[in-house]
Amino acid sequence: MTYRIAKDKVAGGIMTTFTFVSLVLVVAMAIGLWLKSSDVLAQHSWHDLLTTSEWKPMQNKFGFLAFIAGTFYVTGVAMIIALPISLLMSVLLTEYMRSAVRRFVYPLLDILASLPSVIYGVWGTLIVVPFISDIVGPAVGKSTSGYTLLSGGIVLSIMVLPLLISLFIEIFGNIGIDLRESSLALGATRWQTTKYVVLRKGLPGIIASVVLALSRALGETIAVMMVCGNLHIIPGSLLDACYPIPSLIAHNYGEMLSLPLYESALMFAAFLLFIIVVAFNLGARLYLRTLTQK
Amino acid sequence: MKYLEEKIFKVLMYLSLLIVASLVISVLWSIASKGFPVITWEMVSSLPGSGYYIGKDGGFLNAIVGSVYIVLGATFIGLIISIPVVFYLNVYLKSDSRFGYIARLAYDVLFGIPSIVYGAFAFTIMIIMGIKASLLGGIIVETLLIVPILIRSMDEVARTIPKELLEAAYSLGATKIETIGVVVRQIAPAIATATLLSVGRAMGDAAGVMFTAGFTDYIPESLSDKAATLPLAVFFQLSSPYEEVQNRAYAAALVLTIIILILSLTGRFIMRYFSKNKI
Repeated sequence: MTYRIAKDKVAGGIMTTFTFVSLVLVVAMAIGLWLKSSDVLAQHSWHDLLTTSEWKPMQNKFGFLAFIAGTFYVTGVAMIIALPISLLMSVLLTEYMRSAVRRFVYPLLDILASLPSVIYGVWGTLIVVPFISDIVGPAVGKSTSGYTLLSGGIVLSIMVLPLLISLFIEIFGNIGIDLRESSLALGATRWQTTKYVVLRKGLPGIIASVVLALSRALGETIAVMMVCGNLHIIPGSLLDACYPIPSLIAHNYGEMLSLPLYESALMFAAFLLFIIVVAFNLGARLYLRTLTQK
Repeated sequence: MKYLEEKIFKVLMYLSLLIVASLVISVLWSIASKGFPVITWEMVSSLPGSGYYIGKDGGFLNAIVGSVYIVLGATFIGLIISIPVVFYLNVYLKSDSRFGYIARLAYDVLFGIPSIVYGAFAFTIMIIMGIKASLLGGIIVETLLIVPILIRSMDEVARTIPKELLEAAYSLGATKIETIGVVVRQIAPAIATATLLSVGRAMGDAAGVMFTAGFTDYIPESLSDKAATLPLAVFFQLSSPYEEVQNRAYAAALVLTIIILILSLTGRFIMRYFSKNKI
């Protein structure tokens, strides 16, 4: 008898440790990346690192502005493309379609969600890049290689679509049927009901979902890296190349070991990405939780 | 007027559905149409020969085997870590526990951290511990990547286990740990689906293994050997100027896509048909 209780206690202890250790991981990552980037932070101020764009590792110049701009631009373009499509699509799925028809749509989203990043990269180089350089570029009278901010945005937008749609569907599903029915009973059409009831009631959730998808898009590496050109400039138009932070880390990891400060600077880039993603994520999750608890 | 608006938006909605559907088809078609004509049995069954990267003979078996090793290792360790955590969150903790709340939030956050950051973090740890880029490094980083996915997706189902079921076990004199059989049986389909989900995720991840597993032309023979992976094989070969090498990238992409599709379809199937044991 005591043996069984002892076993229970020991197992409980082990499991508490497991859970606790995995929690500590978040903190450990923050501290680890921060310690690694402290070398570059010792020589340069935060302000210098974030607001200059001169990047010459050999001459000890590390300005992240172009990379930060590239990251946010490409994510921004992706969200602008993905948001209307995913909103319309989730309204269609929840408000208009019968569940029998829906069954045929979900597998599509499943496939989109499960395909790996590098496949989207291949697709981007095969379809999107030629499309930009042969059709979009000449159409606006600008010659471009096709490896642009816009291509990165398009590829990224498709990658966040399934996440956005599944979050939206969950939010719309949480809105009571009675609200919709009272609106319909007053003579509103389905779209009016959607516009004035569903979307308005779901707005906080929609915003939180967008932030969540944004934080996922910020860290996307391989697919974006394969199509966005990776030129170290602050993109001035949609048809300029850009160079997001994840690409910077992935591109230069091999050669950085020769220069300690270079490694530290790249770790600072990872740290930066970590902070942004965790802040966005935490904010959105907490907000979503308070919403669903009401 | 309002009916016109209704019509317009209905058209827009079906248009968005059309866009998404055609995107899916476009992605699959571009991979299939490039991959199927060039894929040969030799590519998937042999190692890179000499002069492989200038278009000579050989295949990418090294990448297939490397990916499988890393994914198997990571999934195995991931399950060992995540099942006890899910059990702990749902049986040992009260449902309104503050610790449980924070833990679930932390896994959500970990789930959102990009794999390149995991890669960078794991790389620094490996340097501190003196591990070089190796199979072991790849397994570590993929484990870190999939544990949050495993925990979150199993926990979602475990939370729906009725408390009465556990209480019935307690009333028969079972200790908390002894209810694990009941819990595991209830969440068995979820374990299977979560496993397939994370296998797919680990298989397709390139940014994480880039620095931690390295790349090699050989099949790793021990944990300290470097290991090649399929996504990186696609990525590296595609940037080659030789057409033969690029074709092999498409073939590798096709293999990867097929593996992922099989995994995701099986996951869906299991979720739908094997949820019968559930109360």
